[in-house]
Amino acid sequence: MHSFIHFIMGPMVWISFMIFFFGVIFRFLKMFKLINEKEIFIYTYMSLKYSFRSIFAWLIPFLPVSTRKSPVFYSISYIFHLLLFLVPVCLLSHVLLIEESVQWSWFAFNDSVSDTLTLVIIFSLIFFMVRRIVVPEVKFLTKPSDFIFILIVGLPFVTGFLAFHQFFAYRWLVIAHVLSGELMLILIPFTRFSHMFMAPFTRAYTGSEFGSVRHAKDW
Amino acid sequence: MQDKDTLTTNAKDVIDEGVEKGLSRLTPEKISKVINQVLTKETGARFKAYVETCMRCGLCADACSIFLSNDRDPRFSPAAKVKQTILEMIKKKGKVSKLFLKDAVRIAHAECNVCKRCSMYCPFGIDIAYMMLLVRRICHKLEITPLYIQDTVNSHSATMNQMWVKEDEWIDTLQWQEEDAREEFKDLRIPLDKDGADIMYSVIAPEPKFQAGLIYQAAVIMHAAGLNWTMPSTPGWDNSNMAMFTGDFEISGRIAKAHYEAAAKLHVNKIVMGECGHAFRSVYDVGNRWIGWTMPPVKLVHAIDFYHDLLTSGRIKIKEKYKKTVTLHDPCNVSRGRGLHEKAREIVNILCESFIEMTPNREHNYCCGAGGGVINCGPPWKNTRMVNNREKKEQLERTGAKVLIAPCHNCHSGLEDIIEYYGVEMEVKFFGDIIYEVMEKEIYQKRRLK
Repeated sequence: MHSFIHFIMGPMVWISFMIFFFGVIFRFLKMFKLINEKEIFIYTYMSLKYSFRSIFAWLIPFLPVSTRKSPVFYSISYIFHLLLFLVPVCLLSHVLLIEESVQWSWFAFNDSVSDTLTLVIIFSLIFFMVRRIVVPEVKFLTKPSDFIFILIVGLPFVTGFLAFHQFFAYRWLVIAHVLSGELMLILIPFTRFSHMFMAPFTRAYTGSEFGSVRHAKDW
Repeated sequence: MQDKDTLTTNAKDVIDEGVEKGLSRLTPEKISKVINQVLTKETGARFKAYVETCMRCGLCADACSIFLSNDRDPRFSPAAKVKQTILEMIKKKGKVSKLFLKDAVRIAHAECNVCKRCSMYCPFGIDIAYMMLLVRRICHKLEITPLYIQDTVNSHSATMNQMWVKEDEWIDTLQWQEEDAREEFKDLRIPLDKDGADIMYSVIAPEPKFQAGLIYQAAVIMHAAGLNWTMPSTPGWDNSNMAMFTGDFEISGRIAKAHYEAAAKLHVNKIVMGECGHAFRSVYDVGNRWIGWTMPPVKLVHAIDFYHDLLTSGRIKIKEKYKKTVTLHDPCNVSRGRGLHEKAREIVNILCESFIEMTPNREHNYCCGAGGGVINCGPPWKNTRMVNNREKKEQLERTGAKVLIAPCHNCHSGLEDIIEYYGVEMEVKFFGDIIYEVMEKEIYQKRRLK
């Protein structure tokens, strides 16, 4: 048991990061290979200026008309995506673990802040789940896998929260926390979580077409 | 007026002979072969990224006027159209039923205007119109394209114009307009095949077929502005392109090529085209790509751009501003497609005394409901089109304007249908109509009454 815990908290973390990292590279290589084979024209129409114009416009809250049409969803979604990165990266115990192993260190939230932010993430996920059940046009598009995705994202946060408060079964919760975090990392490149790195490209292409060919805004 | 609710539910029951006969000829092998051929050979990284990146968040729904017109029925959201067509084809590896295909034809041809508004509402910029055109491509290859639009493509293929206009009819129409106009304007000409002219003026085939007056107006404007212009007598004069909307890219490419070649043969500096949106999309954005040009090989000027230039440079002078209150419909293919909406507003302000904005407007304007080849699917689909255009009707009514300017042929016909069907009190006009009415023109001899 001890060696298992040692494995998932040691080498497996690095393995997960490697799978994530190389998985993303693999996806990019595949994408560029496909572009070179069939749609080489994409490079012709891609414009750096208009790609960034579009991406930045869409990063500004409530600039795009679409964001103003669904203000609640957008606000929650915006904060959720921001925290999804910030909380794990700036969690004091994560920062300490990393400092212990590679001597790098950076800013960390104090524990009560992280605790609150974790709850925000969990409530956002519950909101997304309810939205998928309640809003007809979203329900129509929803597949069972969409709920599984929400669960996969939620697990590391729920288990982390419970473990931090040491409500029960601390040891098992930590194991579940580590494993679910690793699972998510591994899945990102190979599932629709890949929108994390693909979305900027689809946005950039549409932004380029709208900007340099159509001379129109796309937000 | 028919009961709208029964029409919505009846959309599934529309009988289109072209679709029905096409379906009866299909075998399961042919269906899966064609679908897989298109999905594997004709798509690439873009399609893959779109399919794999969509998170099914449903934000595109609010972009679609057809979704809004159907009381937010979830089947009509852009992503739902993808789900009900191309995603299902991928999932079943092309092994889909004829019943499924019948629905797919309806969704892609009658329930999507390929207006690209949804790609402005998707946070990832996913181009759903592109995917609907892929469905149409599959329908074309399965030969189940709706009858009326297919007939238009057949006409393009045989005559290089969309209305079966014969060459002598074309020339005769131009000369008839010239003759008529010369009775009013001294030395007015519609110069045919004038080598080295500055401008080649091009129109869509419905103009010579039944709106010859528009050619008359254009000639008067050219004459008054003192321009060096010409029109080609040979095929290539029609800038319209319905094949682009049926997924018949081969013919679509031929049409655009004939158009550029007509201009090249005449050694003109630029092509000025009449007030048509889809034709602009064809020769400015789509046809050129099929024949290997990043951007069009000839300079293309849409009527809005052209009129703007004439009015701001003072080549055309306004005698007296147009009195009635007007509103402006931004055609998708020249606003979202070419950013001409600000120039259009400047023209309105030069020409008209009072102007009311339509909301939403500019890039965000709703499609007229006829675009993307939807109106060209003809009478079998007209009732469902009217149901799908309710949101547009409400948008028009909110302006309270009496005159609606629509600088696009497709929009014009579609908006007239809406006005008639819903009993909206509005009159649709082209910019050309208003310019002709308010411009300074030296009439040399009043037209004789016949």
